[in-house]
Amino acid sequence: MEFLLVQALSGLSSAASLFLVASGLSIIFGVMRIVNFAHGAFYMLGAYVAFTLTDRFSGPLGFWGGILVACLIVSVVGALMEMLLLRRIYHAPELFQLLATFGVTLMVQDIVLLIWGPEDLMGPRAPGFTGAIELLGRRVPTYDLLLIGLGPLVLGLLWLLFHGTRWGVLVRAATQDRDMVAALGVNQKWLFTSVFALGVFLAALGGALQIPRTTVSHAMDLSIIVEVFVVVVIGGLGSVPGAFVAAVLVSELNAFGILVLPKISMVVVFLVMAVVLVVRPWGLFGKPEGTPRAAAGLSIRPWKPMSGVERMLVALAVVAAAALPLFAGNYVLSVSTEILVFVLFAASLHFLMTVGGLASFGHAAYFGLGAYGAAFMVKYLGAPMELALLAGPLLGLAGAVLFGWFCVRLSGVYFAMLTLAFAQIAWSVAFQWVEVTGGDNGMLSIWPSSWASSPQAFFWLTLGIVAVGVGVLRMLVFSPFGFGLRAARDSSLRSEAIGINRKSTQWVAFIVAGTFAGVAGSLLAFLKGSVFPENLAIPTSVDGLVMVLLGGIETVSGAVIGAIVYKALAIWLMSKTELSKLILGATIVLLVVAFPKGIVGFLEDLRHRLKPPRQNGAKPEAALVAKAEAAE
Amino acid sequence: MNALLQVEKLAKSYGGVHAVRGVSFALEAGKILALIGPNGAGKSTCFNMLNGQIRPNAGSIRLEGQEIIGLPPRAVWRRGVGRTFQITATFPSMTVRENVQVTLLSFHHRLWAMVGYAGAAYRDEANRLLALVGMEQQAERPCGELAYGDLKRLELAIALANNPRLLLMDEPTAGMAPKERVDLMRLTADIAREKGIGVLFTEHDMDVVFEHADAVMVLNRGELIARGTPEEVRRDPQVRAIYLGEGLLYHDKDQGSAA
Ligand SMILES: Nc1ncnc2c1ncn2[C@@H]1O[C@H](COP(=O)(O)OP(=O)(O)OP(=O)(O)O)[C@@H](O)[C@H]1O
Ligand SMILES: [Mg+2]
Repeated sequence: MEFLLVQALSGLSSAASLFLVASGLSIIFGVMRIVNFAHGAFYMLGAYVAFTLTDRFSGPLGFWGGILVACLIVSVVGALMEMLLLRRIYHAPELFQLLATFGVTLMVQDIVLLIWGPEDLMGPRAPGFTGAIELLGRRVPTYDLLLIGLGPLVLGLLWLLFHGTRWGVLVRAATQDRDMVAALGVNQKWLFTSVFALGVFLAALGGALQIPRTTVSHAMDLSIIVEVFVVVVIGGLGSVPGAFVAAVLVSELNAFGILVLPKISMVVVFLVMAVVLVVRPWGLFGKPEGTPRAAAGLSIRPWKPMSGVERMLVALAVVAAAALPLFAGNYVLSVSTEILVFVLFAASLHFLMTVGGLASFGHAAYFGLGAYGAAFMVKYLGAPMELALLAGPLLGLAGAVLFGWFCVRLSGVYFAMLTLAFAQIAWSVAFQWVEVTGGDNGMLSIWPSSWASSPQAFFWLTLGIVAVGVGVLRMLVFSPFGFGLRAARDSSLRSEAIGINRKSTQWVAFIVAGTFAGVAGSLLAFLKGSVFPENLAIPTSVDGLVMVLLGGIETVSGAVIGAIVYKALAIWLMSKTELSKLILGATIVLLVVAFPKGIVGFLEDLRHRLKPPRQNGAKPEAALVAKAEAAE
Repeated sequence: MNALLQVEKLAKSYGGVHAVRGVSFALEAGKILALIGPNGAGKSTCFNMLNGQIRPNAGSIRLEGQEIIGLPPRAVWRRGVGRTFQITATFPSMTVRENVQVTLLSFHHRLWAMVGYAGAAYRDEANRLLALVGMEQQAERPCGELAYGDLKRLELAIALANNPRLLLMDEPTAGMAPKERVDLMRLTADIAREKGIGVLFTEHDMDVVFEHADAVMVLNRGELIARGTPEEVRRDPQVRAIYLGEGLLYHDKDQGSAA
């Protein structure tokens, strides 16, 4: 009994930081409709800056002064990011904002490494809260009790801020109806900046308060952001009390989940989230979104199948690629094979995103499941490569069948967050179920059959499978099924009114995309000879998103180009510089701001502009401009 | 009594707002019935209940004798109910023809097919439907760049693609020039009478209503307050009091904004 109580208290004390970060994210989303992926980065920055101020320059400020100043510094950084970056992309689809802020997250990781070095840092204890008190015969740190009290205190202060000040009233009005605030003549720009600064301040405070409890490390950002997503999705995006309740719920689930299912404690939390989302898709305290913003892949220029000439060119390109082993060395070949694998992975995500309009932030789950599927076939059934390549992707398919069923019930950011959460479940199973998956050590010696074991042969095998896969996905776009899928994406209202079952259609698309990702994953297992949990981790999912974005989300097969360019660039950068994340992050940010249509979309625009106008007198550009203006 | 559509005591409320209460009426095949009423009267709510988009709190809707409440919109559509929306809903990323083709594919249960080029499917049928509504010239245009009046026409072509027995049209001519409105409604009336389709439509333009409707119902604050032939309704003192005064105003305003 006492033990349970202490466990509950420890859960509550973890809830404090989680609540601080989540409420910041929620407030920002409520007003600006932006899901700030970089929130975890600000949390981490808060911890690092606070460490420096309290440990190395502790003199003038003292501990608490140092914490406060650290949070202020970080929130100024946040305000700068809002002014320089986010202001440019408020009208872009949600996906772009998530990606841009993810780019910032990557940059911050390297910046932190540059400034503070790679070691974990141990901060000072909080003066006056270094001891522990006896509670029912067990020792509870006083600092934990302080944090337990702090959560409700901050909740109360936020309530006062939002109900007792003019600024707070404006913020609440903006949360309810953004246009109204614009109409009231409030300077929306500064309202947004101040809200963002407050949100970042809360994140930084969440991080800074962690230093007496745990070491400051580089993994802080991603681990907190996933938990925070879970909290705001359960509590309801935009609701501060929701964030509080959900933070407590999640922390307690974590605290007790360890007791019940020590191996897969994370799964418990995600399962609760999945259940909440199915029962209340907008979270416990959230409100249904109004009209959703345009789906990701919606292009105003209708897609056309390739002309005869274009087909010839593609065939030539494949033939040219097939000639590569004749003159390239082994290193180039294995890099090229890896690029091909990611071409198929990106193409499958691209299909889901542009044709289906479903921006998945966890597509790596099916890629990784495919890889593990192949590894299981080899390790546990002794299957040869041929069979493993056929059966491996079935695990990706099975995952897509199960997770997709839940995901297609949602749309927009909620869809993105749920896919991310499922991917994280898959990751934690792979990571924690050591007996079966080898955990962190992965599964080794997954080698190809002897006929395919040379780099040349495996390249050809991969090229063949990938070419067929991309071709099939492209054919699907123009098939009746692809038409129905695009219809469901374009207008859910109209498609339901012409007999299309939106959910089933999107579910099938999800399964198709997951299966092809699984094929790519199985290939990767044999290419590398091994499988690791990182194959289904968040960075892999985001790699896929960037490839799609780079290629152009309004195109039919832009991801193919995007994957080649991105993967080649990433591998090259990795070999040239220590700061690959900084450069990748900056590239993502630049892409989102300057080339939102990606490489292929940009080229298509160019070609379209160079073409003479059509005869029927209609001026498509004029109409497009008018439409774009109307959409503003 | 074998009406195409038989609606009884239909009701829907949002919180405390009774959007629709106790609406009953019948519609026979080949007849054109107008549902009019001031803004916020509950007309669109009625349409949305009829095609299954929102579920009524009470009442019954029978299509050729069979209850259809509880069916999702796609199932109602399969039973031969086509509709247009007050705010047009089409597929902006497709061409005009593809919009009709995807509807025809759905009608012929072919949307699960994963091979074959959908752009070649039911081309002639799609062209015929587009010609019917005067859109054949624009078949290749991206639907996203159409003028509003043309979108309304495209919606009619889509709504006719499943050979409907019942056509629901929520303000089919809003946003069109006066001449276009009369033409479109005449076209609809001709098709409906020829094919024996029952039409329920709502419209703020009284010229259109009184010229084409076989019967008119007047909805006010969710309740039917009058019904009858256009002549009877026009003369009804209650309608004149609460609706036509406003309607004339509305008409003027419309003319003004169209100019
Ligand atoms: N989803 C909803 N939630 C709350 N109230 C609603 C909702 N939909 C409609 N209403 C209310 O129901 C009433 C009827 O609305 P409805 O759209 O059916 O009117 P209408 O007759 O079609 O008007 P209009 O001529 O403007 O199209 C209105 O008072 C409206 O505010
Ligand atoms: Mg209406």
